Amino acid sequence: MKCSLTAQEGFDLLKLSGEVDLNYSPRLREQILASLKEGHALLIDLADVSYIDSSGIASLVEGFQTAKTAKLAYGLLNVSVTAGQVLTLTRLDKIFALYDSAEQFRQQL
Amino acid sequence: MADTNDSNNSNNSPGNHSSGNGNAIEIRDLVVDYGPRRILNNLNLDIPAGKINVIMGRSGAGKSTLLRCILGLKKPTSGSIRMLGTELTTATPHEVNSLRKQMGVAFQGGALFSSMTVGENIQLALREHTNLDESTIRIMTRIKLDMVNMLPFENLMPSELSGGMTKRAALARATIMDPKLLFFDEPSSGLDPITAAELDELILLLKQGMNMTIVVVTHELESAFKIADKISIMHGGEFLVMGGPDDIRACQDPIVQSLLHRTPRESRVDTDAHLRALVNGEIEPGASGNIE
Repeated sequence: MKCSLTAQEGFDLLKLSGEVDLNYSPRLREQILASLKEGHALLIDLADVSYIDSSGIASLVEGFQTAKTAKLAYGLLNVSVTAGQVLTLTRLDKIFALYDSAEQFRQQL
Repeated sequence: MADTNDSNNSNNSPGNHSSGNGNAIEIRDLVVDYGPRRILNNLNLDIPAGKINVIMGRSGAGKSTLLRCILGLKKPTSGSIRMLGTELTTATPHEVNSLRKQMGVAFQGGALFSSMTVGENIQLALREHTNLDESTIRIMTRIKLDMVNMLPFENLMPSELSGGMTKRAALARATIMDPKLLFFDEPSSGLDPITAAELDELILLLKQGMNMTIVVVTHELESAFKIADKISIMHGGEFLVMGGPDDIRACQDPIVQSLLHRTPRESRVDTDAHLRALVNGEIEPGASGNIE
């Protein structure tokens, strides 16, 4: 998994690529929680995620809950087909805010 | 057209253990003997990756023995089982452990630890094999419980569960590590029709959503035809026929037909042999199809 965080106007953009599995989800969790701890809204780009397992989904869920508690905007961008199937299976596609563009996310900040 | 277990099936040619050909498991010339009795007779089977593979047959056909061999719980007398590119029959303990981390098994009776709650049972493998944060483990457990409609029952003990709930909890436990290979031993047996249908739907969703290779051992016809991409029918320790559901339905083999139409065995016609068996215990070879 590759993971890059860039500061955008009003929010952080976390771009993931490759496989998010048991080996890499702890790093993803750390990155998400660190960004939220700074008080930044967070948008996570999943376009280049080829595989995400339950541990990766759990990290996204924990981030969502943390953001909600801190009243920070939190969303998923460009959910790939693979990631989308897992979200549907776990019924989380109805819980996460999903976006097709960063601009869409920015507008609701 | 259905494939049969003979040399006409080019995919089953002995020695063809190449990985990357779309098969998660390749079984070649598998033999299992219990003492003088041959339980599995020269089996060849390809299990395609990302598909639902159903192994069917009457009780005693050899299904459970085959499953035990694939799971590494029974060492075959001879033959080869190549799983995710690793030869299981000659694998080192380290390789076997590595394979097992990529396998999930939902046993017929659930096999939940009675001294642990449902949630503790499900997260056991994560605690043993990973260093994930406690909160990640908790959320993963609840994701799997929700997936099988068991979220409200996380803190119940196994003794407090119904048969259907036990099977669903076993499925949640089997999938907690997101295995590449998922095995079910008689998933629908003992369940009411609605619960069984729900379990079938869940198996289909797992294939679609997690791209798992799923092997189901069952003799539940309705379930098999609903979920299977490939059905392999066993009889007397051999594969009688393999193919898609339509191939199996069209197969005219009398044993397959009797299985599909639930026809009871014909009564014995050899009264002398029957008498000898009853009086002297002389059982002729092949007198019974049940070999387990």
